[in-house]
Amino acid sequence: MTEPKITPELIQKHNLSPQEYEQIKAVLGREPTYTELGIFSVMWSEHCSYKNTRPLLKTFPTKSPRILVGAGEENAGIIDIGDGLAIAFKIESHNHPSAVEPFQGAATGVGGIIRDIFTMGARPICVLDSLRFGEISNSEVRRLFNGVVAGIAHYGNCFGIPTIAGEVYFDEAYEGNPLINVFCLGVLKHNQIARGRACGIGNPVFYVGPATGRDGLAGAAFASQDLTDESAEQQRGAVQVGDPFMEKLVCEACLELLATGAVAGIQDMGAAGLTCSTCETAARADTGIEIELKKVPQRAPDMTPYEIMLSESQERMLIIVHKGREEEVKTIFDKWDLPWAQIGYVTDTGRMVVKYDGKVVADIPAKAIATESPVYHREAREPSYISEVRSFKIEQIQRKFEPSEQLELLLANPSIASKNWVFRQYDYMVRNNTVVYPGSDAAVIRIKADCLPPDPEDVNIGSATKITDAKISEKFIAVSSDCNGSYVYLDPYEGSKLAVVEAARNLACSGATPLGVTDNLNFGNPYNPELFWQLKESVRGIAEACRALNTPITGGNCSLYNQSPIGQIDPTPTIAMVGLIEDRNHITTQWFKDEGNTILLLGLPVDVEDPLQGLGGSAYLRTVYGIKNGTPPRCDLNRAILLNETILGLIHGGSIKSAHDCSEGGLATCLAECCISHQIARNTPALIGAEINLTKEVIEKFKLDSDKILPEALLFGETQNRVVITTLPQYAGKILSRAAIYNYPAAIIGKVGGSKLIIKTDVGEHLWDVSKLYDIWWNSIAKAMH
Amino acid sequence: MRFAVIQFPASNCDQDAIYAIRFLGHNADFVWHKENSLNGADVVIIPGGFSYGDYLRTGAIARFSPIMQTVCEFAKNSGIVIGICNGFQILCEAGLLPGALIRNRSLQFRCEHVFLKPATFNSPFTCKIPQEKLLKIPVAHGEGCYYASPETIQELKTNDQILFQYCDKDGNLTEQSSPNGSLLNIAGICNQTRNVCGMMPHPERACELILNSEDGNFIFQSIIHSLSKTADKTAIKS
Repeated sequence: MTEPKITPELIQKHNLSPQEYEQIKAVLGREPTYTELGIFSVMWSEHCSYKNTRPLLKTFPTKSPRILVGAGEENAGIIDIGDGLAIAFKIESHNHPSAVEPFQGAATGVGGIIRDIFTMGARPICVLDSLRFGEISNSEVRRLFNGVVAGIAHYGNCFGIPTIAGEVYFDEAYEGNPLINVFCLGVLKHNQIARGRACGIGNPVFYVGPATGRDGLAGAAFASQDLTDESAEQQRGAVQVGDPFMEKLVCEACLELLATGAVAGIQDMGAAGLTCSTCETAARADTGIEIELKKVPQRAPDMTPYEIMLSESQERMLIIVHKGREEEVKTIFDKWDLPWAQIGYVTDTGRMVVKYDGKVVADIPAKAIATESPVYHREAREPSYISEVRSFKIEQIQRKFEPSEQLELLLANPSIASKNWVFRQYDYMVRNNTVVYPGSDAAVIRIKADCLPPDPEDVNIGSATKITDAKISEKFIAVSSDCNGSYVYLDPYEGSKLAVVEAARNLACSGATPLGVTDNLNFGNPYNPELFWQLKESVRGIAEACRALNTPITGGNCSLYNQSPIGQIDPTPTIAMVGLIEDRNHITTQWFKDEGNTILLLGLPVDVEDPLQGLGGSAYLRTVYGIKNGTPPRCDLNRAILLNETILGLIHGGSIKSAHDCSEGGLATCLAECCISHQIARNTPALIGAEINLTKEVIEKFKLDSDKILPEALLFGETQNRVVITTLPQYAGKILSRAAIYNYPAAIIGKVGGSKLIIKTDVGEHLWDVSKLYDIWWNSIAKAMH
Repeated sequence: MRFAVIQFPASNCDQDAIYAIRFLGHNADFVWHKENSLNGADVVIIPGGFSYGDYLRTGAIARFSPIMQTVCEFAKNSGIVIGICNGFQILCEAGLLPGALIRNRSLQFRCEHVFLKPATFNSPFTCKIPQEKLLKIPVAHGEGCYYASPETIQELKTNDQILFQYCDKDGNLTEQSSPNGSLLNIAGICNQTRNVCGMMPHPERACELILNSEDGNFIFQSIIHSLSKTADKTAIKS
């Protein structure tokens, strides 16, 4: 077999710069082979190497006493949740593949992140998806949206993992370049943590899972380029094809095998497939690895070494087994009818040696490709649009305050409307653990004994593995993902802080103490200084907020080059935050519960020191006036911490009936959601009205002057650090005095009951039928999709 | 009471069935699809999931597995078998139940709680459901639209084989209350000898209040009750 000659054109085609090529020659001390060129190109792509982002990512806080496996150490971070239990979680993007082939692109995104979790030895127990598309009125957007949701549903449902939460935004900024970020969380005991390390010289290396084909050739490199018009046609072959059935079997087989103790190291073959898994496991263990490609199961005829090394065929794992225990691998994988092959062994050379039929086709120092990629400090420059959008003043618009109609418009806005059209396609309750379904501030999932991977005594080779009778102390995990791309566009630093703070607030409203964050940085081309500035500012904001909230980053993903022929995306650092609830009585939902309950607002109705009073970058300005302008609402981290402490204190005290974070669409939208978001069953909402008083006398209780507040800011402004809670009337006084101790503004604003939402303000009484609001909010996306 | 929960490759509601049965204080364990003994179980649950990836057709491959031959024997000898979701599809493919489950009319997967109206209390699966009680139980399927020939539907009616029908919160059998477009809003049926049940909704997911409903327990309690009755009779006879 002869490999193509390496030419400058070929180097360029591999996205390697001439300088990088020189560096490759220096590493090898010679010209690379064609296979080696392919290996370098994927491993030194942004997707695998973080070459443009590493200096920034180093500024993230990554430590806390709870961290068992930290950011960048392994395939996912792991956090201690007490009683010998831990959670592994991570988020990853599949933006580029989904833009080209939405169904498979999104499906394999789910598959990839699930593998990252069970690679750590954890049993995956839930998935969350954070999605962004162009305007839903565009038929191409609807095609992508439909395909992506169906792909996620297909993979998650068949695998048998509940998709329990997420977000969906529609904004023309994402047209042609949708964002598909998928998060997975798994559970394990401390002593079940597995490592992606090729430990033990002479240990055999196994390939397990389905055979390798030509699908997904060099997907990682594809994900590290701008999307162009030609992408769709040319790159479809770079999109992988997923088989959730296979993944379910591979997962169960791997967890059983890990229980036997025969495994020395394990890693999934995700981006850059066999290449990445072999060099990374060797680099982490400070060893070498040698493999024979002829032994790799193949499903396409005549595959070249280059193709085998770069294929991203799905559901494959690399397992390093303790010498002498090979039989256990064979027995367990035979039990599950899965292909396996012993393809090599661990060496002490520090090199990744790849042979094809005995002939060496690649011989590279493992660390050189896995951890010693080039690192670039890119130039950052404030974009020209920033000063323009920030100079926006409310006087520039022809104000028309028509609250009755405008609340309906906001609830119909597909970014705010109910996402039931999406989540009813996901099996969000399989495994009997989802206790708060999609549709509240955060989803809550229970951890019970059958969430854990099997113990050695449970594994039954040749028969079904037992489910333990042992009990564990019940725990609950809340998850939320957040990012308002408009805020980040207007001010990447403040906007990113706001994303972190909102995620934490969502968790607190659900009764959970925030523990940690995984982030997905979706940005543009890092070679463009203006786009790189967005990234740099965003990272600064995330780092500062996570440090303040004591929620370290445990890992994540960078997706750069997000821009389509139409333009830039809004910079979108998706923040997925995880929190812990120790007592089932603390689980709190957002909807109003009973007639007569007292409604309180924690936090100021309006931030009057903000010149835009919380309207900058608001859904109100976008929905009613079609503008994305101004400075986003101010983010005061100290107040955010104080609010979370107050909320959690009240929830733990047992006096809170409901708690809902006030975010997009402002206070009126928040109140409407409290009235209409409790769904009992198919076509059966539990609707309840409320009477709200926001007139002068109530506003004064917050020590604010009602005359200085814009009426639209009061109803629709997005002033931060506000939560609407309800309680029994007799507890309201206690709550107010508690808030006073925390020095947090709070007042009673109304009571639950009736069939209407009534809001009294100084400019009049506004009134809506909750059944009408429900209909608008619940059916908006379904109507758009018909 | 001992329940056997059949585990096929990519069964994924199997652990939930075990959880629900153990929650009620009874024994439940897996039986692997390559085995051919039920290890003396009193009841067989064929759980939901995507057995064998649902390749070809839902349930089409599972029926050929070794354990299904044993399950068919067990059913012929009056053993109690309940197939849930994918289990219902498998029982239809295996010929233990009439009719077929086809794509939901919406052509989309549906996951939500629905209300079920018991159509008969004369079965081991419904005998302990209180009269007038509507069950709130979730569905989660893409192919749950029950379909059969007019003759078969007539037979089901004549023989009182329809067990559950989708209804609204007031018990009306409306078109909108069905998540999949099943004929006659059928959610679950039994065979002529009334010992094999198939249902699309998941009673094992409605076994405790923290999961939003405990109505599924009525179905398992019915099974347990009717079996203990049989056991009592056997005891008296011997």
